[in-house]
Amino acid sequence: MAGEFVYLDNAAATRLDERVLEAMKPFFFDTYAVATSEFAYTMGIEAREALDAAREKVAKALGAAAEEMIFTSGSTESSNIALKGVASALKKKKGNHIIVSKIEDFPVLNSARALEKDGFQLTYLDVDGDGLVDPNKLSDSITDQTILVSIQHANQEIGTIQDIESIARVCKEKRTLFHTDATHSFTRVPLNVKTVPIDLVTIAANTIHGPKGAGGLYVRKDTPLAKWMDGGFQEFNIRAGLENIPEAIGFVKAIELVTPEENDHLQQMRDHLIDRVLAEIPDTTLNGHRWKRLPQNANITFHFIEGESITLHLDLRGFAVSTGSACFSRSLEGSHVIYGIGGDHERAHGSIRFTFGRYNTMEEVDAVVTAVAEIAQELRKISPLKRD
Amino acid sequence: MKFPYNEKVLEHFRHPRNVGKIENPDGKAVEGSPACGDMVAVYINVDKDSKKISDVKFESYGCASNIATGSIITELAKGKTLDEAKKINWKQASDELGGLPPIKAHCSVLAVEGLRSAIQNYEERHGLVKEQKPTTVEIVQSRLKKVMNPLSGLDLVRTKLVKDVEVKDGTVRIVVDLPEGHQFAPAIKSEIQEKIETLWDVRKVVIEFTD
Repeated sequence: MAGEFVYLDNAAATRLDERVLEAMKPFFFDTYAVATSEFAYTMGIEAREALDAAREKVAKALGAAAEEMIFTSGSTESSNIALKGVASALKKKKGNHIIVSKIEDFPVLNSARALEKDGFQLTYLDVDGDGLVDPNKLSDSITDQTILVSIQHANQEIGTIQDIESIARVCKEKRTLFHTDATHSFTRVPLNVKTVPIDLVTIAANTIHGPKGAGGLYVRKDTPLAKWMDGGFQEFNIRAGLENIPEAIGFVKAIELVTPEENDHLQQMRDHLIDRVLAEIPDTTLNGHRWKRLPQNANITFHFIEGESITLHLDLRGFAVSTGSACFSRSLEGSHVIYGIGGDHERAHGSIRFTFGRYNTMEEVDAVVTAVAEIAQELRKISPLKRD
Repeated sequence: MKFPYNEKVLEHFRHPRNVGKIENPDGKAVEGSPACGDMVAVYINVDKDSKKISDVKFESYGCASNIATGSIITELAKGKTLDEAKKINWKQASDELGGLPPIKAHCSVLAVEGLRSAIQNYEERHGLVKEQKPTTVEIVQSRLKKVMNPLSGLDLVRTKLVKDVEVKDGTVRIVVDLPEGHQFAPAIKSEIQEKIETLWDVRKVVIEFTD
């Protein structure tokens, strides 16, 4: 990216790729009609065909069929539909027990909390020090009342990738529906619903340089799901509302632009940053699994100093990162993910997340390591906390 | 760039004044803990005759408003008498900085409290406490709320590590619910000692651990 500003918060939002915008444009200015039936006018039929083609392509990225992909407004909506839709559909038929991991992102976690308030029984499953769910513990937690398990594919903050196959197989053996939030792993880490028995998958375009507001929910054929939005019959009569064709087209283009080479490059930047920081800056801890982690994520605690101060100093030098510190969040609560992996307050407050994207370079990685090393040294000089 | 902090706050954040530690200070205090997100240590030296603060330094584990407030209150306090410095409040510090985001009030209050506690610490150690109330179990408890439990980052009282407190004839006896051999026992012991022994009528502090 141009000049002085280095953006390393790609897990939060990514810069749109111009090629995505170019692909979307005709559907704002030329083919702007609503997707109609084949018995209507030409522009509507063309819109319909474009939407159908987009649906097929997005579905294919997960190994799914077109009729198993619902377009949504983003991953928050997708996860809401998955949890609340299944809960509502199975409440009277099967049971009221739902299992999620403790370190889920807020769409899943807060949907679970909302359902708990409505009378559902919730289990918030522990993870180990790397953030991994133990499939055996999951197996023990499933009862004959369990209607849904929701465990993320990869973590939004610490990047840890779950053993999704074992988790899916446990759910299948126990005849329990399984949803995974794949917002951060989609196209970065392989996931195929043909070979892994997952029933619902949350995906989004905004994490891969696609447009904001484009999300998807994979729903395996015959999965019970209550209607989410009332109105028309769009999105298989689950989510009413005018189909957002430009977004769907942009979603497809974003998927097509992700290449294995790009993912390798992200991983090289990740490894370079982790290796340099751990080797060159004393009193640092990597959060999340060293190898089972997203190629674009590095999360490190700088002990004895506080994350908002680090973030602000980095911003003053032209780097954008995020932190799990309470001071940084609007709620003034420390990261539930760091607490979830057994970290204390100090570890959460000093944690910095670096997430890479298409427009980052190795030079930028070196620059941010140099900057953060200096900042850590400065802030430690004035910190009353010291190594024992 | 757009920040929730004004130029003056950023200036103090980037170049905090009076940072560091005073060796063998006349008065010192630590406020907050990593659990609140912020922690401040304040050290003062006091001129014996004029009772003016001759030197003041602070250390901060905290966010920008915490660091900036620490910086500004040390500037405000330097050269003032203890009685004048005691009156420095959050509003004054915030005004001097040209305003702080309201949500960050608690981070900056900490630095102000740190200065007051350091002055209190000096007065106690030098027999200058004017209202000499006899030490009670409640007073000891409230002081123990400022001792951190390193296991959780919260204070000893809140984490129920204080099993018993007894005050009798100038002796304070405190029972801490940890085994004596615990890795944090010595640190907790010395911190309790420091906080309690300065009370004007306390002659002896006995700290016991459970098994």
